[in-house]
Amino acid sequence: MDFLPRRRVLKGMLNGTAVTVGLPLLNCFLNSNGNAYADGTPLPVRYGTWFWGLGMASKIFVPKKFGAGFDLPEEISALAPVRDKINLLTNFTAFRDTYQNLCHYTGWVIQMSGSTPQSANDKPGESIDITIANEISRKTRFKTLTATATGDVRTTYSYENQTTPTTPEWSPTQFYTRVFGPEFQDPNAAEFTPNPRAMVRKSVLSGVMDDIKRVEARVGAEDRARVDQYMTGLRHLEKQLDQQLTKPDPRAACKPVKAPKEDGAMGGAAEMVSARHRLMTDLMVMSVACDQTRVFNMAYAAASSNTVKPGYEKPHHTCTHEEPVDETLGYQPNASWFTRKAMEEWAYYVEAFSKCQEGAGTLLDNVLIHGFTDHGYARVHSLDGMPIFTAGRAGGKLKTGLHIDGGGSPATRLGFTAMRVTGLDVKEWGTKSNNTSKEISEILV
Amino acid sequence: MPAVVKKFSPKTLGHSLRAGVSACAVALLLVSCQGADTPATSSTSSPATNKIAEPAGLASPQRLRLMSAEQYTNTLAGIFGPDLKFDTRFPPLVRTDGLLGNGASSAGVSEAQLEQYQRTASLVAAEVTNPTHRTFLIPCQPADETAADAACASKFLGSVGRLLYRHPLPQDQLAPLVKDAGEVATRFKDFYSGISYVLEGMLMSPEMLLIAEVAEPDAKTPGGQQLAAYSLATRLSLFLWNAGPDSRLLDAAEHGELKTPEGRARVVDMMLASPRLEAGVRAFFDDMFGFDDFATLSKDPETYPFFTGATAADAREQTLRTVVDHVINQNADYRDLFTTRKTFMSTALAPVYGVPTGTGWTPYEFPADSPRVGLLSQVSFLAVHSHPGRSSPTRRGKALREILLCQIVPRPPANVDFSAVENPKSTIKTQRERVAAHLTNPVCAGCHKITDPIGLALENFDGAGRFRTTERGEAIDASGSLDGHEFKDAVGLAKALYDAPQLTSCLVERTASYGLGGSLSDQTKPLLPYLSQRFASEGYRFKSLLRDIALSTAFSEVAKGGTEVRAALNSSTPSANK
Repeated sequence: MDFLPRRRVLKGMLNGTAVTVGLPLLNCFLNSNGNAYADGTPLPVRYGTWFWGLGMASKIFVPKKFGAGFDLPEEISALAPVRDKINLLTNFTAFRDTYQNLCHYTGWVIQMSGSTPQSANDKPGESIDITIANEISRKTRFKTLTATATGDVRTTYSYENQTTPTTPEWSPTQFYTRVFGPEFQDPNAAEFTPNPRAMVRKSVLSGVMDDIKRVEARVGAEDRARVDQYMTGLRHLEKQLDQQLTKPDPRAACKPVKAPKEDGAMGGAAEMVSARHRLMTDLMVMSVACDQTRVFNMAYAAASSNTVKPGYEKPHHTCTHEEPVDETLGYQPNASWFTRKAMEEWAYYVEAFSKCQEGAGTLLDNVLIHGFTDHGYARVHSLDGMPIFTAGRAGGKLKTGLHIDGGGSPATRLGFTAMRVTGLDVKEWGTKSNNTSKEISEILV
Repeated sequence: MPAVVKKFSPKTLGHSLRAGVSACAVALLLVSCQGADTPATSSTSSPATNKIAEPAGLASPQRLRLMSAEQYTNTLAGIFGPDLKFDTRFPPLVRTDGLLGNGASSAGVSEAQLEQYQRTASLVAAEVTNPTHRTFLIPCQPADETAADAACASKFLGSVGRLLYRHPLPQDQLAPLVKDAGEVATRFKDFYSGISYVLEGMLMSPEMLLIAEVAEPDAKTPGGQQLAAYSLATRLSLFLWNAGPDSRLLDAAEHGELKTPEGRARVVDMMLASPRLEAGVRAFFDDMFGFDDFATLSKDPETYPFFTGATAADAREQTLRTVVDHVINQNADYRDLFTTRKTFMSTALAPVYGVPTGTGWTPYEFPADSPRVGLLSQVSFLAVHSHPGRSSPTRRGKALREILLCQIVPRPPANVDFSAVENPKSTIKTQRERVAAHLTNPVCAGCHKITDPIGLALENFDGAGRFRTTERGEAIDASGSLDGHEFKDAVGLAKALYDAPQLTSCLVERTASYGLGGSLSDQTKPLLPYLSQRFASEGYRFKSLLRDIALSTAFSEVAKGGTEVRAALNSSTPSANK
């Protein structure tokens, strides 16, 4: 099959001409080991994040045993099916240095941007997912895909820059339409029909780009970057249009996905959030499998999570502060109920990637998912003793199934590790006490 | 278009195309939390001066604003009518200094946003050009529907472009659009395809979505700069209508009417008399009251099984109807919004209020002895600022201070010891007993004593907004205080709020920044005492405040340091098409 070209560029073929190309499906584009394309190009490594709010209770969350085969205390017992597909990194620190500990904010901003926010109005600059996407996800249809299960379009931990948060998909039906709607090209379709509208749109788009110059001439230097950013967005659209005129590479892991019938109830009750998370997860997994993006973000809950336990009067965040520690149990039972729900969803997320076959292994083998939260012990807003997860083997670059003690070192070490694993040529990351040049070597192959 | 200045009149307003065409405050507050009973205010109080005159030399920043989803929708409704169906779920702006609208002056545009713009533009263009709509939305018919028609395309794209881009399109901008439309029409053998694709491009153009203000020298002020006519028209329109300017407003800009005090006053008065004012007033109060929180409002179904999505939607609508009727239709004193018993009732809300109602929305007035008085006792305030399963005196007090008085209540310190407020298993039954624990810890007490006494006065309303006299069998004590004024219930709180000078100065501050397109600069803040004094002298009529802001020098003068004048877009520019 090697005589078949990898990509068939069909620019200029308009008017809906159906082009039948003898496309082989499934794994025949991979090498005999199923771990690379036939021409030796390795399967792409993808990077994702997964966020849950309000940390954990170390007594029932942190395993006693380190290394492989770690125990699963009751708060993370839901992770049993995925224990050997993840790493649990505990006892890491987000250093606030001389700045105020901004509750439910400082912790995640440090992990996503490497720097401590000076105030609540000090938004993160470029977050790590964008930094990595600029390196590994520029050629896919979407540079990143970001979703939240909260139903709140404001729940995002990804920032292009300080004034441009990445807007998450909050509606499963809209998420489906954006990725798998009419513009989606099934990479494994036997027949490829160039979209006749794409060439026309591209032509019109060039006129829109001319308008940029008119607007740019009217704005001051301080606003020019925002106009430039608009231009970048238009170029992104242009690239997407080019892709509609180009036969995509087959993707063995890409399977048709059904459209969600409806978004479901948009409330904050835990079961509603879980249902939404699972719909979003299934769409996200297939978006990655179909190579629509190579960087993806999912937020199960918000920092200051307002998830509700039916029949319990306070939402998760208020619960962490106001529920007394049960003297017998030694922890806050309702707060822990919320954390356990989050862990159930983390397990679902990891399993969903592991159930998607890609080559000889699974999609999970070729991703690095970075699971993080805003506090260690949310009851006192701690920024030490923070737990972090990884999932996936990043194309064989990571070990899994380990519990690692961070020894109080910067939580930014995982971000730095992720950048190195995904191929960024960086020597260090973060500022002040969050600066690090030390990977978490224990999880590296 | 004949070179005749057309004066504004109410009759000329309407659908243009369809009908016509054709940290410092925080620091202060921390001190306040730890010491005094009164929090700091982020606004400037109105001084008692005898002479009411706008301070000289004020100028506002020249802005680059991102058009909001509502402005986009309103603009298209103004051009094409309200019947078009399309999805405008643009990303929300970042709330800045109390308003989402202020965030528009710093918001960037992500790649995902451009995708959304394209999706929306595609839907709108398809709707406008479909056989149902094109016969009356496109003001000409091509000689041959299967071919290009430059004359008809030019007429439509020129007139629509003027409304979408908020200025006439010069020939060098219109000609390529007509050419593109022709090429697409030829390719697809369909005139309307050409129009559709080009319109789609225009609807996602930065000319449409980025509102870049243009300045020009102000002849009256040596060295000064003012907004060019079209930019002034746009600022007025966004302020008062929350939409781009319509054809008549652009006419006023083109013919210099906005450049004379009399002409500008005439235009502003006509805008205030227009039915489109309602959309503008709704947008402002929806923003100021933080009603974006409704998007995620949900109540615990086990605790409040009657509180549905329809309840939440109607609660928002009830308050907006009340406000619009009060400040526009009745032109009444803003402060009375917090003491009036008049409102509107819907079927979904009636069970929460425990009152009978008919179908749909009907005017409703609570009896004189009702505990329901003013906006604070409406479900929108009570339910949004509560927990999912119970009320929250702290949240309600904080919301009143931050939203209605423009004060800043600091976040709890990260190292606060919450053990004092943990629910003992015990005997605590009421919120009053629960929050009393805040006051036992000096770290908590500093701030909670400026929030909780306000919220406790609303304890006769549960977390969904229903009236109650007991909580867990215990009689509710709804006494409270606001900055030294003590009262025994929500009615007393409403009266204290009515008397609070910050109630009106806050509205002035928020409205001014909304009108000037972003957070107030040091150069524009001296405008506030003047506006506050004017507001008082006009009996706190909101429409008068809108008028004063729209006619202020600060509204039209822009600070130096902006961009150079771009003559091509000034009012003297010959238009290619109108």
